[in-house]
Amino acid sequence: MGKERIVAAFTKAAAEGRAAFIPYLTAGDPTLEWTGRHLDALARAGADVVELGIPFSDPVADGPVNQRAAERGLASGTTLSGVLELLAAERAAGLTLPAVLFTYANPVAALGWEGFAKRAAASGADGVLVVDLPVEEADEHRAACAAAGLATVFLAAPTTDDARLAAAARASSGFLYYVSRLGVTGASASLAAGAAEELARVKRAAGTLPVAYGFGVSDPEQAAAAAKLADGVVVGSALVRLLEGPDPAEGARRLAEAAAALSAAMRR
Amino acid sequence: MNGRFGRFGGRYAPETLMGPLMELEAAWRRLKDEPAFAAELAALLKDFVGRPTALTPAVRLGGELGLTLFLKREDLAHTGAHKINNTVGQVLLAKRMGKTRVIAETGAGQHGVATATAAARLGLSCVVYMGSVDMERQALNVYRMRLLGAEVRAVESGSKTLKDAVNEAMRDWAASVKDTHYVLGSALGPHPFPAMVRGFHEVIGTEARAQVLAAAGRLPDLAVACVGGGSNAIGLFSGFLADASVALVGVEAGGTGFGPGEHAARFAPGEGGGRPGILHGSFTVLLQDGHGQVRDTHSVSAGLDYPAVGPEHAALAESGRARYESVTDAEALAAFDRLARTEGILPALESSHAVAWLCREAKAWKGKLVVLNLSGRGDKDVESVRKARGDG
Repeated sequence: MGKERIVAAFTKAAAEGRAAFIPYLTAGDPTLEWTGRHLDALARAGADVVELGIPFSDPVADGPVNQRAAERGLASGTTLSGVLELLAAERAAGLTLPAVLFTYANPVAALGWEGFAKRAAASGADGVLVVDLPVEEADEHRAACAAAGLATVFLAAPTTDDARLAAAARASSGFLYYVSRLGVTGASASLAAGAAEELARVKRAAGTLPVAYGFGVSDPEQAAAAAKLADGVVVGSALVRLLEGPDPAEGARRLAEAAAALSAAMRR
Repeated sequence: MNGRFGRFGGRYAPETLMGPLMELEAAWRRLKDEPAFAAELAALLKDFVGRPTALTPAVRLGGELGLTLFLKREDLAHTGAHKINNTVGQVLLAKRMGKTRVIAETGAGQHGVATATAAARLGLSCVVYMGSVDMERQALNVYRMRLLGAEVRAVESGSKTLKDAVNEAMRDWAASVKDTHYVLGSALGPHPFPAMVRGFHEVIGTEARAQVLAAAGRLPDLAVACVGGGSNAIGLFSGFLADASVALVGVEAGGTGFGPGEHAARFAPGEGGGRPGILHGSFTVLLQDGHGQVRDTHSVSAGLDYPAVGPEHAALAESGRARYESVTDAEALAAFDRLARTEGILPALESSHAVAWLCREAKAWKGKLVVLNLSGRGDKDVESVRKARGDG
């Protein structure tokens, strides 16, 4: 439960000679009911950890695909509280897939940092990533999550200097998320240039903490390349865009298929 | 400085922007007091922007209201609003940092025009993000930006207004930081923007203080300005913050009512008003629903149509040093007419909010000395006013 469940997932993946597969989905896209089914499908497809996005009205760190997903999520009435209720229901139904909530700061601040952490932990969340909350502003959040047993995942980017990288690594638990390129979330044609060198820098700073690689991984081929460099690979927009069609059942089918292929690509 | 005003402010930015924000802060701190930079900026403000701007005695309107009124004429600055003070400062800073491209968001178009103007003057390329709703209501400014060589990109996400333009500019900057500076247009956003933008607008308050002392022989009883993000207001207020006898009033957009989506009055009391929250890099007072989702806003004035306020205003409100009130669209439109007819000045619809508040509250200031920041001119709003009045 909590942080330990994430640590165990990375340990298991490493022992099996593969990177951890970490799909991202925006909750409530197209409805929370479908998100529940998607979580079950991702677990069956071999996901090691899921990042569950909380839709926000002003997602400045997200590209067009995830922006549209957030709009669909908000349109279906999704709230942070609603996502926590869904997660609690999924846990009660037996879902053991480790879950990291991926959110902007304001929905969390609206609940209160401490109240949020308690509720998230009680609902079966295992970690939290607040995309617009850098380490410098995160004292209250970190204390609340630590007290609740939740992992705190921070980001590092190519623009993160060594001092801040060290601070992000110290503040992170579960894993450190390396944003592989400048810009917002979204699939791209190839892995970022210099990714191997950058990842080596990040892994040195992270020490024994696993490093996940994300932003811009779009297909099994890129995922396989990333899996050779990092302890975990996050795939977001490339999956989220499969849910854009008018038929949710068709979207779910394509999601499961793509997740299985990506999961297979994690083997080193 | 830690980027805080009281408990407000801070730097709530995606990780990719943290390095660039720190680089910007370091460059700004290094350059702002460097004699060569200060001299170049002062020369631009004087010879290009046309500073100092006049402090005009508004004798007829003041007489009608029963008080002594001076208008700080930022509408007379080049491009027709105070926005140019900040853009020449930031574009000059960007150039000295070795950036070749600037981006900006704009609501009413005034900041976009001012950024395009400074970029043209200093030889940098310029892209301006503007909500498609705002592009429609400020079509003239869109064309002005294009004439100045800027590319205007329509933003179709969210409410298609100012906040969505900020979102898109932040996304551009995250991908382009190596050669690009983001010229944020108000005293908001992540540190160092609120402090830096205020710094570039302090010239308003510095001039106004000296001018009113020269003209009236004393400090004013009241300094009043409209507040969207709050850059013109903080510029004016900065000249009088240390003078406890000078009351400071910021006037927000009351729109058509206090229901959700009907206004942009962050400081309005009760359910309809704002609560502390985090948007666009800053902890400040924010219009949001109970789940922390940012509310849509409305104002007849595109420049005030924004859900958050600059963090220094949030702190000034909390400390009680300044107070914040609002007027409706209708009151602002009436004030637009009244200033035009009594003083021969077409005010921007943004500035009209400050005029409207003074007209409404004049009784409380009878016989007093008032400085009002006329932040922009109303030429850009003529079409909107014509539509609102039903003058076909």
